[in-house]
Amino acid sequence: MSEHKLNLKLMIWKQSGPDVKGKFQEYKVSVSPDSSFLEILDDLNDSLERSNKEPVTFESDCREGICGTCGLVINGLPHGPLSRIATCQLHMRHFKDGDTVYVEPFRANTFPVIKDLMVDRSALDRIMHAGGFISINTGGVPDANEIPIPKEISSFAFDAAACIGCGACVAACKNSSAMLFVSAKVSQFALLPQGQPERYQRVEKMIKVMDEEGFGACSNTYACEAECPKGISVKNIARLNREYIKAKVKSHNLD
Amino acid sequence: MSWFFRSLDSSIGKKILMALTGLFLILFLMIHLAGNLALFKNDGGLAFNNYSSTLRSLPVIPILEIGLGLGFLLHIIQGVRLWWLNRSARSEKYKINTPSKGSSIFSRTMVYTGSITFIFLVIHLRSYWYTVITEGHEVDLFNLVKTSFQDPVYSGFYIVAMALLGFHLNHGFQSAFQTFGWNHVKYFPFIQKAGTLYAILMAVGFASMPVYFLLGGQ
Ligand code: HEM
Ligand code: SF4
Repeated sequence: MSEHKLNLKLMIWKQSGPDVKGKFQEYKVSVSPDSSFLEILDDLNDSLERSNKEPVTFESDCREGICGTCGLVINGLPHGPLSRIATCQLHMRHFKDGDTVYVEPFRANTFPVIKDLMVDRSALDRIMHAGGFISINTGGVPDANEIPIPKEISSFAFDAAACIGCGACVAACKNSSAMLFVSAKVSQFALLPQGQPERYQRVEKMIKVMDEEGFGACSNTYACEAECPKGISVKNIARLNREYIKAKVKSHNLD
Repeated sequence: MSWFFRSLDSSIGKKILMALTGLFLILFLMIHLAGNLALFKNDGGLAFNNYSSTLRSLPVIPILEIGLGLGFLLHIIQGVRLWWLNRSARSEKYKINTPSKGSSIFSRTMVYTGSITFIFLVIHLRSYWYTVITEGHEVDLFNLVKTSFQDPVYSGFYIVAMALLGFHLNHGFQSAFQTFGWNHVKYFPFIQKAGTLYAILMAVGFASMPVYFLLGGQ
């Protein structure tokens, strides 16, 4: 371990509740380049608590890039300046001594701030409840390879299923659109045989809830793809558009 | 509202309308540019005025004009509506704005390049279309175009507007294909390049007309 330390000025967004005005608060920290971004926040909170000051509220869970909980906007970019990682996988060696680092919550009306850097992303769950599942009736366990699926198709479905639901696509989008998220969820089922029975009602229902929640529309700026920790491709959004058009032409739903 | 209009008013539906009207306008621009190349004939405007009066005498033109007007209207109303709805989805803006590496400046400025195009359109229609409509067939359209383009201020605005229209088209062309769901490894890179080429051709093509008369073209 190197003795070398980085002195940083952290400008962290502090906001005591959803409908209160927030502002940046300055914290001076001295950190190891080997620390992760979340670890320096842990250390900061530790020292704040020791001196009886209020800690910074932020979310994290698995700390290995697969749960999608640790959404922070660092210097204007969701999950920080590197691509294809979650905030927990960002290490301080990517910052320079003397840097000022701005930390904001994911901002979108659909993601109200709970406190400081913690936002409520349950709007994404409500989209999932509308159709992001397949229904399997009880019975015997089906054989794993009973239904043949071409390798290419299963790979596309798997790539889409890599979405961890972190909401960085919404945070990165100038329209706060959730199209990348929804496109991943729709694609992973639309591509596979198990997703066929509910294929068209799924996409209709998920888009309906997406619109009702107040997410913006897609302007095809492709910022989402660049900021997505899992590299979900905007080709999924094209597929979502196709699925939606097909559903609207084919389904018997008159809504 | 029937299912049809409700679907068209969904977030994806709104974009489909943008893409349909956008592609229609893209087609129109090509025909408009091709026809106007008659300006360069160097015959004192004979070819251009002939082209213009032939167009005017075709009975299908008023119908196409209404279609074109509707196309523009739908595209503009829907574009401004989308811009407003989309920006209202984030009331509290980011304090630090770092443009994502993934998104082009063209894609993020569609409403601005579109609005300049709209202002241009109003001036453009007032200069030529309105004169022809009110003064009838006798008007020497070539002369009107020539004298207006000899004014450096008018021509300057025209050239800037065409450059910005090029920005709009550069993003818009491929964006429309993505909206229809036509994004495929095999042909999407080609569509993106074709869109850039198209945008350059339109911007340079239309801007070459004021440049031609500014430089003393007859
Ligand atoms: C000849 C003129 C024009 C052409 C050929 C054109 C073409 C296009 C095309 C192809 C798109 C992409 C649609 C999509 O993303 O699926 C687009 C988007 C757009 N256009 Fe135009 N356009 C023109 C004029 C205008 C005008 C006058 C406005 C006025 C405000 C405008 C505003 C917009 C906006 C805001 C978008 C982005 C919509 C979004 O993605 O959210 N356009 N245009
Ligand atoms: S698409 Fe990417 S950025 Fe969006 S929620 Fe899924 S993993 Fe996160």
